[in-house]
Amino acid sequence: MPPRRPGRIAAYGLMIGASVLWVVPLLFALYISFRPYSETSQYGYVSLPHHLTLSNYIDAWTQADLPRFFINSVEITVPAVILTLFLASMVAFVVVRVDIKINVALLLVFTAGNLLPQQVIITPLYRLYLLIPLPGFISSSGLLYDSIAGLIVINVAFQTGFCVFVLSNYMRTIPGEMYEAAQVDGASMWSRYWRLTMPLCRPALAALATLLTTWIYNDFFWAITLMVTGSKRPITSALANLQGQFISNQNLIAAAAVMAAIPTLVVYVLLQKQFIAGLTLGATKG
Amino acid sequence: MIAMLAVPVLADLAFIWGPALTSVALSFFQWSGVGGVRLRSCRVSTFIPDNGCFFGVQNYHQAATVYPPFWPAVEHNVIWLLVFTLVATPLGMLFAVIIDSGIRGGRAYQTVLFLPVMLSLALIGIIWEFVYSPNYGLINTIIGHNTNANLIDWLGNPRLNLWAVLVEASWRQAGYVMVLYLAGLKSVDSSLREAAIVDGANPWQSFWRVIFPAMKPINIIVLVVTVIESLRAFDLVYITNQGTNGLQLLSSLITSNIVGEVSRIGFGSALGVVLLVISLVPISIFLYQTFGRREA
Repeated sequence: MPPRRPGRIAAYGLMIGASVLWVVPLLFALYISFRPYSETSQYGYVSLPHHLTLSNYIDAWTQADLPRFFINSVEITVPAVILTLFLASMVAFVVVRVDIKINVALLLVFTAGNLLPQQVIITPLYRLYLLIPLPGFISSSGLLYDSIAGLIVINVAFQTGFCVFVLSNYMRTIPGEMYEAAQVDGASMWSRYWRLTMPLCRPALAALATLLTTWIYNDFFWAITLMVTGSKRPITSALANLQGQFISNQNLIAAAAVMAAIPTLVVYVLLQKQFIAGLTLGATKG
Repeated sequence: MIAMLAVPVLADLAFIWGPALTSVALSFFQWSGVGGVRLRSCRVSTFIPDNGCFFGVQNYHQAATVYPPFWPAVEHNVIWLLVFTLVATPLGMLFAVIIDSGIRGGRAYQTVLFLPVMLSLALIGIIWEFVYSPNYGLINTIIGHNTNANLIDWLGNPRLNLWAVLVEASWRQAGYVMVLYLAGLKSVDSSLREAAIVDGANPWQSFWRVIFPAMKPINIIVLVVTVIESLRAFDLVYITNQGTNGLQLLSSLITSNIVGEVSRIGFGSALGVVLLVISLVPISIFLYQTFGRREA
């Protein structure tokens, strides 16, 4: 059947129009970030540039303390991703490879937990965080509340559900004969998990690691509610404070926003396939 | 085996399900968070509200009757869901179908349309503030409404700002749905399409009668994602104006009840339970479709 011309033209029109609409807000913010405040406050954002400058970036980096927020983000994201994958893969392994009655129930509990809106649990969780003491060398607040550890814990607890779901679907595709052979050889449960299953799950783990890194780095809600000290917040939620602090210099905010986007843009350029694979692994199998 | 399960299961119970169930219990109490909670009825008709006492369904009753932002928030959540269902999701599906049909430059379009999905919603809110800015912004300058006499305050006017924020939200959501459907379309057996064409179906018929039903697992996921994301919506309104003045959502009301100046734990929990009950609908559909079949 020959492609109908009007349909084709409409399709191209839509895609080109949409692409423009998708790119323009991003380029506009980028453009503002390179323009001096004195200029845009006089001519508006939509004007031809007289000067382009990096000074907004330098100011954001030094005055707005961006390096500290980036370090906070790393301190939360890296341990949270590793812990989530470790814990979720153990649960998935038990659910798929060890025959126990509670398997489906376990899977249900984890999957449903990840689908709950965060706000459903925040009120009691907030009280709970105020009740749990932590030693001073872990948390300067002496509590799970307002600590890096607290944000790691909630990100891990919340994301484990999704990873259990995806990994259990993935592990189901590993042929059972391999496990029978390993069992005949006397491999312990731990070695069947760690030395047989985990290496085979590498593609799924890589995809999930990409996804989790982006999601946890992008988290806004947990950090806004469970961390009160502005200087301890990760970069994504720190942006909200910076907006209030530099309310008269939006060009600096634009520069800070561009810098905050850089880690996810690196993931986007280098690991887009992994990211999409992670999103769709849970969707297409199972 | 117990050792492998202990930590993740305990973490999930302690930090997810524990609080979820506790919020159901706390929703029947009046509590400021200070002092303990006891199982005695609240005294009424005192000047200072009683604290740490059983309040029955009064929190729910107050939310529905005397708490001004409650119904606007519900309405905004419903509008959010409708826009996602009727605009963002179909748009994402259309993008996916066009790219999947083998349009020239399909990968480039996919890359561009997917970009917002990588960005945090907080960042998206900030980026769009430049577009919507009344005096300097892109839109007002282009349409000539950037003088103080005729400003359009897209994010400040409570009759406009929900729609302005929904444009931001859909801008991201469409790309998300697109990627899910691209995976779904790839998973449809190509012999199905050929059979449809041989049977003389036009592209419209073959999509809706053959391909769309064959993508049932993805359709369920997209449905769940659409509903859950509409209930979770928070970051964009919080970064714009902390979820006030036209941008109230259930999620922002709950948050302001704990991080705001007046801490009303029981009341905040009751709002949380409202959200919980609504979200159990899509969650149950998803669990039934995913696990019900497998057991059968």
